[in-house]
Amino acid sequence: MKILLVGNPNVGKSAFFSRLTGVRVIASNYPGTTVGFTKGFLKIADDAGEIIDVPGTYTLEPTCKAEEVAVEMLGEGDVIINVLDATNLERNLFLTLQLVEKGIPMIIALNMWDDTKHRGISIDAEKLEELLGIPVVPTVAVSGEGMKKVIDRIPEARILPLPGRTHPEMWAEVGRIVEQVQTVVHRHHTWRERLGDASIHPLTGIPIAALVLLASFTIVRFIGEGLIGFVFEPLFEKLWLPLMTDLSDALGGSGFWHDVLVGELINGELDLIESFGMLTTGLFIPFGAVLPYVVAFYLVLGFLEDLGYLPRMAVLLDNLLHRMGIHGYSIIPTLLGMGCNVPGILATRILESKRERFIVATLISIAVPCAALQAMVIGLVGDEGIQYVAIVYGTLIVVWIVIGLILNLIVKGFTPELLIEIPPYRLPPLRIMASKLWMRTIGFLREAIPVLMAGIFVITVLYALNVFDRLANAAKPVVSGLFGLPEDATAAIVIGFLRKDMAIGMLGGLDLTSGQLVVGSVVLAMFFPCIASFVVLGKELGLKGLMGSIIVMLVATLVVGSLLNLIL
Amino acid sequence: MTDRKQITIAQMEAGQSGRVVNIDSGRGMKRVEAMGLRPGKRVTKISGMFMRGPITIKVGGTQLALGFGMAQKVMVEVAGK
Ligand SMILES: Nc1nc2c(ncn2[C@@H]2O[C@H](COP(=O)(O)OP(=O)(O)OP(=O)(O)O)[C@@H](O)[C@H]2O)c(=O)[nH]1
Ligand SMILES: [Mg+2]
Repeated sequence: MKILLVGNPNVGKSAFFSRLTGVRVIASNYPGTTVGFTKGFLKIADDAGEIIDVPGTYTLEPTCKAEEVAVEMLGEGDVIINVLDATNLERNLFLTLQLVEKGIPMIIALNMWDDTKHRGISIDAEKLEELLGIPVVPTVAVSGEGMKKVIDRIPEARILPLPGRTHPEMWAEVGRIVEQVQTVVHRHHTWRERLGDASIHPLTGIPIAALVLLASFTIVRFIGEGLIGFVFEPLFEKLWLPLMTDLSDALGGSGFWHDVLVGELINGELDLIESFGMLTTGLFIPFGAVLPYVVAFYLVLGFLEDLGYLPRMAVLLDNLLHRMGIHGYSIIPTLLGMGCNVPGILATRILESKRERFIVATLISIAVPCAALQAMVIGLVGDEGIQYVAIVYGTLIVVWIVIGLILNLIVKGFTPELLIEIPPYRLPPLRIMASKLWMRTIGFLREAIPVLMAGIFVITVLYALNVFDRLANAAKPVVSGLFGLPEDATAAIVIGFLRKDMAIGMLGGLDLTSGQLVVGSVVLAMFFPCIASFVVLGKELGLKGLMGSIIVMLVATLVVGSLLNLIL
Repeated sequence: MTDRKQITIAQMEAGQSGRVVNIDSGRGMKRVEAMGLRPGKRVTKISGMFMRGPITIKVGGTQLALGFGMAQKVMVEVAGK
């Protein structure tokens, strides 16, 4: 039996799904969090019903890729659990009546039940059940209230007779129902609502946005640097490095396996970044250098997501972004891309037009550095002085805007206007925040470690076979001629295909000047997405889109790399 | 107070309320309906961004932000002066 969770965006389907199945999925306080489907099995019931979390949709006529996924999944469902936001009964019931027409047995979860109280809304759930003719269960997905009851009542799911109503008839019906089941008492604005209004008002919203961004960067740096300085670096240097030094001695201080495992000795000693062994650099980069920033970044992002701030940022930035051929909501994929480009590119599915998706995905893969890359840039370039880090970021922001402006002129098609629902501010639920942070952190480690290990092995082999020398010769005109980097940097750029953090780590071993480090970092950030993003980019944009994206990327990298080299 | 006039959402002042009387059709306007903005509903404008930026309104239990062009397609009846 396949059970689908269907409903409007941001009603709590994913939170609901995690509760029912124990499978972690991302739930955030903005419409469009889920862009694909996830399957899981019921945790509570005996018979193994399969349950599927799908993207939210306002109608059954999809307007974007994410909604398409939702509507397509309807064909597969044996039972629908229609999740409703009880604080938005009228609009949610409109979808319910549309779903009824599909002729699939259905039951209703009246979610966000806890929120109705704060909002002065009271709903007679029994009456609603009676009027609709299908089971209605009040639920609170974040606390688990009502979950068991929903499961128990799944067998009561019913197909209603197909009335074949038109939209105006449906609205009229919805109106009649709501009038009979809901009473709203007026109450005063809460501080959350006041803050909500203030952060979307231009005069107060822009300073608030500036404050939020500044605070976010400060907190990420504070946590990231703190974790590295007080936890990870001491652990690696005091505990791990001595062990590795013993291992190095045991292996005789040189030779192929020595270099693969612990790496080369730098001035007679092992170095966590420069030695480039699997057990030294291969562990230090993911755990010692990047993980702290990944944790810090996702902690702050998760907080802003769950608070409900991101759609407000979309409204504030809409004007600027329209000049780049995209609308304000594109900021959400872009911010997700700052963690990892892959979910960022996937999140472009919430955008309505193909042109917009192309522009946003291209911009992400060129000018939005992932957290792993940023952590290495901050660590390595930051050693030369914070101003150099600022140059890297500044350049990427300018590149992001300029490429956007240009793409807006040359890419054919239409960019729709902004049309989004602004969710109320909610206190971020700790459980959901922790679960998200865990998923994303584990996701990073699972992705990074195997590739890093394999990468280091391959590099050592290629060095032993002198392959890089030949490559470096071939790439010399560009790498040295245009970018002003030593030939050895070619190897780093090649490794950038695999992982950007590892590539920046390789730059660290090249004795570059500060200027060269900046050029190298920017080139690595812009040039070719890592293999994982590349695959997703191709899947989401299609071959033609991918080609277009790559051409823009190559041209932009050549131009920006050369310019920076001239300036610095 | 009994005097009424019709303006678009784009022309409303922040804080002003009115009742939707007509929505012109056009790209994306179907979705507007599904999001709960349709004739007969009471809307309150919360704010509008500078330079014909998006406009935020409250309708039913929902806050919506819509582009200026879309806001110009929604006629509301407000109390006139
Ligand atoms: N107060 C309260 N908050 C809830 C409840 N259920 C979910 N939430 C919160 O509501 C927000 C949206 O939840 P999601 O599970 O991401 O919603 P969704 O329906 O999957 O959204 P899309 O994937 O965008 O369609 C999150 O911030 C949740 O923490 C609930 O019953 N009560
Ligand atoms: Mg979801």
